[in-house]
Amino acid sequence: MSPYIRHYPNTWWLKRRSYFLFMVREFTSIFVAGYCVFLLYFFYKLSQGPEAYYRVIELLKCPLSVILHIIAFIFAVYHSITWFNLTPKIFILRIGEEKLPSFLISGANFIAWVVISAILAWIISVV
Amino acid sequence: MPDSTMEIEVLRYRPEQEDRPTFQSFEVPFNKEWVVLDALNYIKDNIDGTLSFRWSCRMGVCGSCGMMVNGIPKITCAAFLRDYYPNKIRVEPLNGFPIQRDLVIVMDDFIHKLKEIKPWIIRNEGQEKSVEEGEYLQSPAELADYKQYSMCINCMLCYAACPVYAIDNSFIGPAAIALAQRYNMDSRDQGNNYRNEVIASNEGIWECTFVGECSEVCPKDVDPAGAIQRGKVSGTLDYFKNVLLPWGGKRG
Repeated sequence: MSPYIRHYPNTWWLKRRSYFLFMVREFTSIFVAGYCVFLLYFFYKLSQGPEAYYRVIELLKCPLSVILHIIAFIFAVYHSITWFNLTPKIFILRIGEEKLPSFLISGANFIAWVVISAILAWIISVV
Repeated sequence: MPDSTMEIEVLRYRPEQEDRPTFQSFEVPFNKEWVVLDALNYIKDNIDGTLSFRWSCRMGVCGSCGMMVNGIPKITCAAFLRDYYPNKIRVEPLNGFPIQRDLVIVMDDFIHKLKEIKPWIIRNEGQEKSVEEGEYLQSPAELADYKQYSMCINCMLCYAACPVYAIDNSFIGPAAIALAQRYNMDSRDQGNNYRNEVIASNEGIWECTFVGECSEVCPKDVDPAGAIQRGKVSGTLDYFKNVLLPWGGKRG
């Protein structure tokens, strides 16, 4: 009379909303990583001189590339937001016995995100 | 006795008469003060005395009555019928564990993992205090550091919620790692290195992909997911200290 071991279905992540959102978060990382690879390629082309660089720029203007960029952007934003929202679980700051409220910790990430983005946008607009 | 009734579907596994578990339906009175555990006890007392399940305190302290209720791990003494009525309730044994009989799971693996992380205060050799010397003192702030992780009642709901454990049960798992953190963060304890051998191993914290459901289902707000991620941070810092500092990793 041996114990029965139930099979865990491969579709487990479709069974609960939270599992599904977890899988979406994991899935978006493919796009984040993919974009990093693309950026490396972009820098490589930049190192080959202006001609190679402008060829890539021209290539980026095609509709397929624009669509891919929009998709990658949406996924990167989703990825960032979900991870920023998780930071209070990982980073616990105490003042004496009191825990710093979690919205302050995730909020600090969001503020840093906005500030750094604004600085980058300013640099790009000046250059 | 109330007029209305409710359908409870229970996963039955009677190894002496069947090879695989099957669902059996029972009609129980709907009483808005009843919890799922009351309904199971009603079945056992009035309909089928062979139904097997674990329970003890019926007040959310002992951690014995954990089961899957409509697919979500719950301690059944805190899952009210009224939250499901008039829909039927499906009760199954906890996910991720072998089924011994009906709703009773085999918990040997969990108990073994609890022992593995050495859940007691470890002192360096020569630094133990004798009873005459008195207790190890601790400030309220030091207590607050780990108190949340000490509230675990070993109900195993976090294991049942964890897809990582269900897929590969070599994973040490949420409750055991949270308990390891509970001692690691205790100012009286000096046993980090012993526990990290287990929790920083391949089967430990790095198996966790931070699904976060363990913390969602925890009836005691222990937040094992948080404990595991904090373990990853301190594990990484320890690693860099070991690599970068000549005196790193040595205990003072």
